[in-house]
Amino acid sequence: MATVEVPKEEKDAHAASAPQQSEPKTITLRIARINPSEQHEPKFEEFKIPVQKWTTVLEAILFVKQNLDHSVAVRYSCRQASCGSCGMKINGKPRLACYTKISELDSPVITVEPMNNFPIIRDLAVDFKQMFATHKRMKPFVINEESEVKPGTKEFVQKPEDLEKFLQFSYCIKCGLCNSACPTMSTDKSFIGPQGLAQAYRYTADNRDKGKNERLKIVDESHGIWRCHFAGSCSYVCPKGVDPAMAIQLLRGYLLGFGK
Amino acid sequence: MAERLSNREGIKGMANPTRYGMLRVAYWLQRLSGLGLLAYLIGHIYETSTILNGKAAWDNMLSLTETPGGHIVLVIVIGMCVFHTGNGIRVMISEGGKGIGRPGQPEYPYKAVSLSSKQRLCIWVSIALAALAMMYGAGVLFGN
Repeated sequence: MATVEVPKEEKDAHAASAPQQSEPKTITLRIARINPSEQHEPKFEEFKIPVQKWTTVLEAILFVKQNLDHSVAVRYSCRQASCGSCGMKINGKPRLACYTKISELDSPVITVEPMNNFPIIRDLAVDFKQMFATHKRMKPFVINEESEVKPGTKEFVQKPEDLEKFLQFSYCIKCGLCNSACPTMSTDKSFIGPQGLAQAYRYTADNRDKGKNERLKIVDESHGIWRCHFAGSCSYVCPKGVDPAMAIQLLRGYLLGFGK
Repeated sequence: MAERLSNREGIKGMANPTRYGMLRVAYWLQRLSGLGLLAYLIGHIYETSTILNGKAAWDNMLSLTETPGGHIVLVIVIGMCVFHTGNGIRVMISEGGKGIGRPGQPEYPYKAVSLSSKQRLCIWVSIALAALAMMYGAGVLFGN
């Protein structure tokens, strides 16, 4: 194999111009520890963690699990904001741990807690049972008896402008951050929530769908769409740009007869 | 017990306006001014009902509103009334699906269209109108 020898002066010049490896700094990670079967209030445990500028909160938690305390309960999977598993309250706001860099929090102390408005399983892991059940109740699929492509028929034609009406709402990863930030969810345990309502709109706005009336009937109830007061917190925390607040107001427009 | 485990923030979470931007502040102010106006309405009904006890009772009650403290309460009521109306109109229009932007392809860093500068401007205009009305009210009440 041919090798190319770099002249010594050039090597030194390269070394001088190469970006310096930043020194890891140390932050304090406060993790809420709670086992609901044994205690009612979480207690916080503090860990000193070395971090680089690209370290995410999830990586910091995993550092604790690998090196300091393996018993910390946290749910995660993809590490790239696609699975929606690692939602938690980070310095008081609901965020995805894998999508939040410690450097952007600009604080020497990072506090992680389980998301509000969800039952706690243990430590940072919360129970999504109710959210998934509500999601299912919204009939999250295209209702159209003619949707099957049979011999002699064509696929349903959809123009780009038809797609744009619902595309952003289909990016929901069901992380639950919107439900956690919602002020109505914090007091009304039966409220459908921004996640479910946004999904109801996603399928209602799809021109292939014929189930609009069924879905509108589901959301038009006392703990349904009318309990939203457009505080916008759901859209503020959404990590995927779904904008549930917009979906809810557009769905309400349908119900009031302003939408098409 | 069950509520504690569900980890709901309750009224405390609903009433905290600090974490989720301008629309959450407007939501909080709308509730606060609504409750204030409800309290004023109840007080006002009580105040005007004293006329049933004769002119002396009515004059006695009226004199309460003519003190500096009474004037300050009325100035605050003017501010709450104007903000609640202005912001209420914004919310009513938005809740009909108007003025909140159009759905599209979200792009990084995924700023929500419904929380646009148009919405924030309407909130600031409501606050500015409330402040102007309060200044005018204070001028009239304290000017005399």
